Amino acid sequence: MGEEGEFRLEREPYYRPLHGEVELFEAAWRNRVPVLLKGPTGCGKTRFVEYMAWRLGRPLVTVSCHDDLTAADLAGRYLVSAGETVWVDGPMTRAVRLGAILYLDEIVEARKDTTVVIHPLADDRRALLLEKRGEVLHAPPEFMLAISYNPGYQSVLKELKQSTRQRFVAIDFDYPAPEAEAAIVARESGTDAATAQALVRLAQLTRNLKGNGLDEGASTRLLVHAGKLIAQGVAPRAACEGAIALALSDEREMLAALDELVSSVF
Amino acid sequence: MSSSARYSEAAPGAAEPPLGAAELERRLEELVGAVLSSRRTAAGISQALSASSRELQDFVLQWAAVTAKSSPELAFQFCGLAPRAVGELGYAGAERWLLAAIDLYDREGLHRAAAELKDLAAFVERAREGAWGVEFGAVAGVLETFVAGLAGRRLKLAPAELAWTDGATVYLPRRVALFASRAQNFRVYKASAALLWAQTRFGSFALAPADYPDAPRELELLALLEALRLAARLEHDLPGLYRDLEALSQPAPGAEFGPARERLRAPGATVADSLAALRELPASARAPDWPFLGALDPARALAARDERIARDKQALRAALERWREERGDEGLPPLDGASLASGAAAAPGEVKRLVESLLQDLGELPEDCLAPARESAEQAAAEPPETEDDAHALRYDEWDHRRGHYRKDWCLLRERDVNPGDPAFVAAALERYRPQIRQLKRSFEALRGEDRRLRGEPCGEDVDLDALVRARAELAAGGELDERLFVRRARHARDMVALFVVDMSGSTKGWINDCERHALVLLCEALEALGDRYAIYGFSGLTRKRCEVYRVKRFDEPYGAAVRERIAGIQALDYTRMGAAIRHLSRILAREPARTRLLLTLSDGKPDDFSDGYRGEYGIEDTRRALIEARRAGIHPFCITIDREASDYLPHMYGAASYTVVADVARLPTRLAELYRRLTA
Repeated sequence: MGEEGEFRLEREPYYRPLHGEVELFEAAWRNRVPVLLKGPTGCGKTRFVEYMAWRLGRPLVTVSCHDDLTAADLAGRYLVSAGETVWVDGPMTRAVRLGAILYLDEIVEARKDTTVVIHPLADDRRALLLEKRGEVLHAPPEFMLAISYNPGYQSVLKELKQSTRQRFVAIDFDYPAPEAEAAIVARESGTDAATAQALVRLAQLTRNLKGNGLDEGASTRLLVHAGKLIAQGVAPRAACEGAIALALSDEREMLAALDELVSSVF
Repeated sequence: MSSSARYSEAAPGAAEPPLGAAELERRLEELVGAVLSSRRTAAGISQALSASSRELQDFVLQWAAVTAKSSPELAFQFCGLAPRAVGELGYAGAERWLLAAIDLYDREGLHRAAAELKDLAAFVERAREGAWGVEFGAVAGVLETFVAGLAGRRLKLAPAELAWTDGATVYLPRRVALFASRAQNFRVYKASAALLWAQTRFGSFALAPADYPDAPRELELLALLEALRLAARLEHDLPGLYRDLEALSQPAPGAEFGPARERLRAPGATVADSLAALRELPASARAPDWPFLGALDPARALAARDERIARDKQALRAALERWREERGDEGLPPLDGASLASGAAAAPGEVKRLVESLLQDLGELPEDCLAPARESAEQAAAEPPETEDDAHALRYDEWDHRRGHYRKDWCLLRERDVNPGDPAFVAAALERYRPQIRQLKRSFEALRGEDRRLRGEPCGEDVDLDALVRARAELAAGGELDERLFVRRARHARDMVALFVVDMSGSTKGWINDCERHALVLLCEALEALGDRYAIYGFSGLTRKRCEVYRVKRFDEPYGAAVRERIAGIQALDYTRMGAAIRHLSRILAREPARTRLLLTLSDGKPDDFSDGYRGEYGIEDTRRALIEARRAGIHPFCITIDREASDYLPHMYGAASYTVVADVARLPTRLAELYRRLTA
């Protein structure tokens, strides 16, 4: 099936297992239970799902949720073409038909009514109701739903409803332990081990500031960005300022403090 | 509150004629009448001022009003000196001169403040030197964040004559002007802060008091040896910081320090090595005078440490007890010091923090803090008898964390109206923040929710039948098929109510109260543009029988003159018994029909009350409980605090994701509305 091909991962994505999450995900997949990935931004949730899709040999359909994402965007809609109305599957319908892993990234960003359409898919019915077509689509055994969610957001509108979250097996993600994180940064950015370690140290310093002026500390992803710049020959301090400090804050005082932390580490 | 712009803004007013001596005297008497008498009048000052420009007169009157809130005496003295100060320093400089004196007044009282004010020449001198000198106040924010980043235990920063630390507060000099460049002077501040942080982090005070010398010369040398040891300790993890310290370690210590240096570079060197090295130094050894070195005061640091250990132990016992309760006994791993210390036990953040703090002080966890907390003795304060009036008050439960259950109907709460204040206050705030208000209104208008069905869209949830019929007809008539045939629903409406709770406790007196009121004015203006339903209440109280909640704006009241006057009338009253106020206001908020209910509290620090042991942990736990109750009732609480001191207890009290600290009070007015926007966007 040609369509399936476009959702297949061709190469093994790099992922370093941390604490049994791979086994948990596999067990959930075998038992057809959907999974909720919790954790701060940029700690490897998306990469994990990619890795699992590759490992389980399933196609992966990823949807990055945003606040204008409607139920129709996910399920599908009629389009008009050459005087005919033609039904076009949305990513969710397509994933169900393919028996893929459907990954809804940052689910809380989507409109509240949208999260409700995943409910029948996420419990033991495992069905998708296509209201407009009057069709009920039953998910094949290989299909799996995974959603991600960052509990650290300070917005009352970005909380996951109990009725949604209680359908999932949750896997908690956090930044990896320092040695593991340094290995990941070195491997992903191509920088040397010493620089990677320094970057991880810097990240820990910024994570100490969470709740003290920063909403989040530097994520592994930001470290990889900084590492890539450094590997390209950008001076470490400039790289950290651009890839980490300015990405974390706009406030002058905070930027000055971050700059002092950067210059302490390098 | 830099406001040189304000006086130039008032420039059209400069065309206004200067005030006469009589009018000036009348106004001054209004402001500082309290310190005037028949022998000491404002006549002389008024006479002198009457010859000045209207702009200068306005400046003096305005700042005299501000100063008089703290001290009429200081305000009176200011009036006499102001014309000369403005002449020498300009408006902005004179403002700084006065603010420095008010600051001193808050810290050290009238005597020092008045002396500071009078010593204009010294201030002018410093202002010149200030071109490169760096003040504590200018770097405190950055350094506090910097030190928080280095982490370990949270440290407070405070100004003092010398740089030193007691292990909880890092004291830094009020001013550093050693080098002829601001950057260099800042480096000195940073190096001092980092060194003092390292002293607390790497156990400079880990030994018994008797182990430390007490002769000044020996302490000086020990400070140097510790600096050598700590710098070496930082070299691996923080090489940049190490280089900064090295660069400032001039002149290099003499050859007699060679062996000590070698010894203290060893990876596992402790303060005991520094003391051993101290004993081996020849009597002739002199510590070089490094600018960042500061002083070592083991006696005070150790006293503070003992206090802290006792406090931490008790808190840890209580925290472990709560943890046991939450998880049930069977779910809990066996509690031993080793698993807690290694972090193997997945402990709550509060436990982790206390364990970390104790480990830092003691190196290990003492067994006695793992034992369950005993019920602490009930303090049986004699209560005043109930009065008739008490029977009409509302009654609220209060959470007693030591007993682990509620005290029934413990707090008596009354609703009152705020007495109207001066409408001119709001008018002045509107004038002063005009540009910010305009900007806030624009950004809030953009948030305004609209629930519209857009027809004739190229895509959408449903087919637009009208458009389809029309299109088919056109097609049949030989036209082109229009593709815009769908109905799309645009953004759902904001269905949100918010209740703002303002701290009216005594500790908000002065600046904080002014900023709170300004913040409310800006907030109301912005919210009117947005259209969310909102209410504002204040709270204060004195003992459990006098919890008071003040109505500023009810939900069903429009934002009009009455509300504005009440905002102006918000004053600093008594204490902060937060729990009862939160419970009462949650109840009011829960009655409002809306999908999202937001309870925002604005306070300046810990919950506190005059008696019943509400101060400290009890109050924190009760407030936390009240917030949890609110959350259960479907309310989203969010707390804004202006407490820049110890934010240790904040995550526990408020819940990690639902509070924020506004460090700079002056920024509160704009921050409050911004925060609301971010919270609800």
